[in-house]
Amino acid sequence: MKLNINGKPVDVAAEPDMPLLWALRDVLGMTGTKFGCGAAFCGACTVQLDGEPVRSCQTPVSAVGTAKITTIEGLSASAIGRKLQDAWVALDVPQCGYCQAGQLLAAEALLRATPKPSDADIDAAMSGNLCRCATYTRIRAAIKQAAGA
Amino acid sequence: MTIALSRRSFLFASAAVGGGLCLGLSPGAADAAEPGQLNAWVVIPPTGRIRIMASNPEVGQGIRTSLPMVIAEELDADWAAVEIVPTIADAKTYGRQVAGGSQAMPTHYENMRRVGAAARAMILSAAASEWGVPLAELQTDRGQVVHGKRRAPYGRFAAAASALPAPDLAKVAVKDPKSFRLIGTFQPGVNNRAIVSGQQAYGIDAVLPGMLHAAFHKSGVQRAAVKSANLDAVKAMPGVRDAFIVPASDEYEGLAGGVAILADTTWHAQRARNGLKVEWTDSPAAAQSTTAWAAMAAAAKGKPPALPVHSAGDAAAALAGAARRVSATYEYPFIPHLPLEPINCTARVSGTTVEIWAPTQNPEPGRLAVAKALGVPPENITIHMLRVGGGFGRRLQNDYMVEAAWIARAAGRPVKLTWTREDDVTQDFLRPGGWHHLEAGLDASGRCIAWDNHFISFGRDGKFARAAGIGPADFPAGMVDHFRVGATILPLIHTTGFLRAPGNNAFGFVTQGFIDELAHAAGADPLQFRRDFLGPARIIGDPASRGSYNTGRMRAVLDKAAAMAGWGRKLPARTGLGIGFHFSHLGYFANVIEASVSTAGEVKVAKIWVAGDVGRQIVNPAGALNQVQGSVLDALNACRNHAVTFADGAIEQRNFGDLPLLRMDEAPPIEVAFLTPDYAVTGLGEPAYPAVAPALANAIFAATGVRLRKLPFDFSALKA
Repeated sequence: MKLNINGKPVDVAAEPDMPLLWALRDVLGMTGTKFGCGAAFCGACTVQLDGEPVRSCQTPVSAVGTAKITTIEGLSASAIGRKLQDAWVALDVPQCGYCQAGQLLAAEALLRATPKPSDADIDAAMSGNLCRCATYTRIRAAIKQAAGA
Repeated sequence: MTIALSRRSFLFASAAVGGGLCLGLSPGAADAAEPGQLNAWVVIPPTGRIRIMASNPEVGQGIRTSLPMVIAEELDADWAAVEIVPTIADAKTYGRQVAGGSQAMPTHYENMRRVGAAARAMILSAAASEWGVPLAELQTDRGQVVHGKRRAPYGRFAAAASALPAPDLAKVAVKDPKSFRLIGTFQPGVNNRAIVSGQQAYGIDAVLPGMLHAAFHKSGVQRAAVKSANLDAVKAMPGVRDAFIVPASDEYEGLAGGVAILADTTWHAQRARNGLKVEWTDSPAAAQSTTAWAAMAAAAKGKPPALPVHSAGDAAAALAGAARRVSATYEYPFIPHLPLEPINCTARVSGTTVEIWAPTQNPEPGRLAVAKALGVPPENITIHMLRVGGGFGRRLQNDYMVEAAWIARAAGRPVKLTWTREDDVTQDFLRPGGWHHLEAGLDASGRCIAWDNHFISFGRDGKFARAAGIGPADFPAGMVDHFRVGATILPLIHTTGFLRAPGNNAFGFVTQGFIDELAHAAGADPLQFRRDFLGPARIIGDPASRGSYNTGRMRAVLDKAAAMAGWGRKLPARTGLGIGFHFSHLGYFANVIEASVSTAGEVKVAKIWVAGDVGRQIVNPAGALNQVQGSVLDALNACRNHAVTFADGAIEQRNFGDLPLLRMDEAPPIEVAFLTPDYAVTGLGEPAYPAVAPALANAIFAATGVRLRKLPFDFSALKA
């Protein structure tokens, strides 16, 4: 099966119904995408398909088709992604950091669609991503910093 | 990548022995709690970056940033240019390597200062010799030795310095804290860049050559063993390489029985579980039931406690003679830890040599447990402490380490064991639930003169389960003239454990909620009643114990939080301020919560004001603020949905759908202030948690007149 991951074509030896999460992690060794709940509750496994955040634990590789997959390893290819990464580092957003790949991919999609998000925009875009350490205050601040607010 | 990481650790350890400056330092006699300790945290190569070892497990509390900051400060290294290197588990070299009890900072702060200062002293000594100038004329400036206009990097003197005897740690001079330029500044976590680019290896990211992925299927009713399983059918499933029965240890908390499935990927292993059919043996845990326990707890009310815990004065007589008596039952559930990184461990066993890659908070008990389960010498076990995707106390227990090692040996190949979220919820070491049947007496002036607590908890054979006990010195012991606490222990088999501020996370709710009730019964302002309850500044409890506390420090944070929140200001209808304080883990915290309650019973927290005191120095405000905000929001989880229940011996909840934790849109603003009186520096992972739930209950009472005494809160009771 051929996938487009972070701008590169990749051959993946995976059964069609294998979730993209496990194809990335266990077949391709791309471990930046995280397993959290396996049931679309937590958002730790968030990647982008053609720029839209999706739960890779619920996305069979067969459903990806020619869609462009962006994972945390490819986030810095986006200028918005780099601004978010810089803000995340500077404001010391992570505690354990395990959810932050998913948070960043959700935030990148938000800022691309809504360059100057309001608090309500942030709530709507980010509430699918659980942070067990509850770094929400800093995630909000970092999104605003990256947005130049 | 993980292998590279572990090799890196070894590489640096050996470089420290053979190359530049390796500090071997014996702690002074005052630190005899860790005898035989020989530390090695600083490596200064002739050229290149200074390396500072990060020897404590990182669970998100920022310890791999904050302790190296302490060393770098006294070493006078350039923080922007140092490299932080995580170490393996090696308690003989590094002392206490535990992420638990908020103890890393109080245990290591002063020692790490001396470790850094000693390294700087050795460099200066070598520089003085080489340059032929008096030591007193030398200064340092961020990794350079300075003499007048002459300067040179530390590395230039490292080889000579490493030949010098290590200074006596106890005699090494440290900086005047007024001259700190790193400690006390906002420093982002040293692994942040790796985290935001997907390059940070967590435990679950360990990959070994030839490794298989394992699922381990256990009964939801603990202590059940496998009678039979359709192993042949499972082995025939796609991607499955092997499946076998793991026999249950007879020991409580020994290796659990179950079926191990080994496959090419985690997904194959988990999918094969769906086709697994297991017949289990009967378990003594099958009788566990939340409704049955609740009935037992209710029946115990009014009866004498089976187990006396502490008594002072004559509580019964004082209650009988009190001007006013107040009684209430407080209740809280079992709660799971739910670290976002599911439980996992990777192991490789060759003969009697074991290598483990684990996200653990507490490696040494894991080493001993693996040694026992596999019958290998503890010193044959290497434990790589990979970054932990959330601990909260769950990973103080190392059951998964034993499982992974046992399964890897049986498989004859390296194995990564990954639990599902459902495994995590149903097999956790839970924060025990409990009930407190309380009665207090007030004198005519409204002062609390008697306090009686019949505590209903859990355990076996007349003993409290782990983290299920109450201590004779627990608040408010020592503060009320006539005081009595006793316990009744309900039967429990399921494993319990430490969860963020163990004991305190529940007792804070109970005591600060009940004190609020006493304040209202006395017709007093809840803040003023607490001030009077605390009384004059003094030490309560044995000053040598970790449980003793200073009422003056508590009063100061209480007043600070109240001032921050504008305590006493006028509020709209159905809006209230609630206050609470708690001392735990050597830290003093108070907070005020502003909450409003709609007529439909929806509670909105407008803001939380937190005042804390963890001693004279906040080492890294970046991590400190994160810990406080995280603890406070974690405690709000406990007010809402953070609870599990038992039926037919097993936990009924499965995943985050049953346990909806706080989200972005539900997180209120939190304002934090630290007081820094001149006391020892202590830790921050836990003490901000316990006073949050009562402050919310108290705010809700102020808003509605409804008193919530049971966690999680039943908001439906708040409808107008």
